[in-house]
Amino acid sequence: MNDLTSIPGSATDRPRPPARLIAAALALTEPLVEWTIRLCGWSAILFVAAIFFFVAREAAPVLFGELSLWEFFTSQNWIPSSEVRPQYGVLALLIGTLSVTGLAMLLAVPLGLGAAVYISEFCSGKVREILKVVIELLAAIPSIVWGFVGYMVIGPVIIRVTAADVGINLLNGGIILALMSVPVIVSVGEDALKAVPDSYREAALALGASRWEIVYRVLFPAAKNGLLAAVLLGVGRAVGETMAVLMATGHAVQIPTSLLDPIRTLTATVAAELGEVVAGGTHYRVLFVIGLALFAVSFVVNLTADLAVKGIRSDKTG
Amino acid sequence: MAQYVFLAMTLSLVIPVFAILGYILVHAWPALSPRFIWENPRDFMTAGGLWAPLVGTFFLVLISLLVAAPVGILAGVYLNEYAGDNWLTRIVNLAVVNLAGVPSIVHALFGVGAFVLFAGMGRSLLAASCTLAVMTLPVIITSTREALAAVPMSFREACWNLGASRWQTIRTIVLPNSISGILTGVILQVSRAAGETAPILFTGAVFFTPIPDHGWQAFFPYGLGDRCMALSMHLFTLATQVRGVSDELQYGTAFVLIALVLLVNSLSIGLRTYLRSRKRW
Repeated sequence: MNDLTSIPGSATDRPRPPARLIAAALALTEPLVEWTIRLCGWSAILFVAAIFFFVAREAAPVLFGELSLWEFFTSQNWIPSSEVRPQYGVLALLIGTLSVTGLAMLLAVPLGLGAAVYISEFCSGKVREILKVVIELLAAIPSIVWGFVGYMVIGPVIIRVTAADVGINLLNGGIILALMSVPVIVSVGEDALKAVPDSYREAALALGASRWEIVYRVLFPAAKNGLLAAVLLGVGRAVGETMAVLMATGHAVQIPTSLLDPIRTLTATVAAELGEVVAGGTHYRVLFVIGLALFAVSFVVNLTADLAVKGIRSDKTG
Repeated sequence: MAQYVFLAMTLSLVIPVFAILGYILVHAWPALSPRFIWENPRDFMTAGGLWAPLVGTFFLVLISLLVAAPVGILAGVYLNEYAGDNWLTRIVNLAVVNLAGVPSIVHALFGVGAFVLFAGMGRSLLAASCTLAVMTLPVIITSTREALAAVPMSFREACWNLGASRWQTIRTIVLPNSISGILTGVILQVSRAAGETAPILFTGAVFFTPIPDHGWQAFFPYGLGDRCMALSMHLFTLATQVRGVSDELQYGTAFVLIALVLLVNSLSIGLRTYLRSRKRW
């Protein structure tokens, strides 16, 4: 490295001042670049911490003040803009989120894992590539478009088929969320199945197992951690989805009793009301408390999914 | 037998999606024309085209890209080239996974708390772009890391043997050999940022803002501190906030947004396929 500074054929051994300056600059550049790279790498931690910090900062005054967490989670009265006595109970919203996510998973998990099995086990090179591209494009469709589809396309269909009063309801949201969370379930599930060594399949075939038996008795148990991660990531996608459920679920604060009841989710509430509240008011801060809860849920879901995936890797090496 | 059941499951996912896309195209067809792109929305957004929202989306994406790309690419370099196998690296990886999984509405709250209020940017193009940048950072980090990991170790070893330092190796060997892979990640970031609605809803996008129809100002209508329109937000507005918008205008807007995002994505997929076919190692 230091040889860069010596000038071939120069009379003296010692480099002249400009060369020495360049050498000093060069010696400085590399550590500078390396530290920039390190800082950028660590910035991911910084951003996650910053998201927590800034959301918590806005939520803190009511979280440790007038908001009773007991009432927050157990009351179903979400009446934030009442003049007399605003009430902040998210139970109905929480159940809205859980029911629409549950319904979506009921549809998406079997179909998604089925598609993952098909792509990973049953189709040949060309078809597989095409299907993977289709799934990838499916994942790219923006959530607002899904919301629009629920609102304009699936809603009227539901009204026509079931004779319900409104087409934007729990069922609609469930279908839309299922279509939205399928891509992640398929792609992560397929990776998990592909990670099962071929020797497992060959051994099962040699024992005379049918293709069903290979899938249910060999592949699923062997890939269960990865499949669990696929489902969890699908759940994470569905719980956090905002614009699509805002448009497709009907926006009524109530605990649903049938598939055709309109509901409202936690995310949709924040999206619908944040624009109308006074910054710094109680209602505004309660929306940040909801955000904090959503952050915590996504953190736990992603952490668990990550640990499940790590589980596969250690299984394989062990 | 088994394979047909699984094929049916796959098709039951793929077919409805194509049916829906086809339905949107059919209903959008009457609205689609060059003027639909070039004209500004008018008559309380019940007529006209998509120029103002398109320009807004373009600048949101461009600025978020300028913020996210350098940080994301260098973070990818760190994770693949510098990070050792230790607890710090695990935490960084976990943070990237978590950042990708945080709900978009939480990103919106973060944008309001951090950029709009704390940094004093107000509701502006800049604040919305920064929020989008943080949200799409994991896309760039992940694909950069994968692109770098695809460069064989022997390339680096050969370079080190010649006496090159770590950064010299990265600069002259690793980056040039993975630049196209990194590019696919950057393109994916663009498509992701172009479609997002929730993060910009409260940080800088507006329902409507008039912009000039002609002259250079039609191309650069928004300052960094201005609020802007955006295509995704425009679709939301047309569908839910404005009365009397014709169906074809709504479907047309949805179609343009889908087409834009899928086009950008196909570009990325095409680039990746081309690279795989051309790879010499």
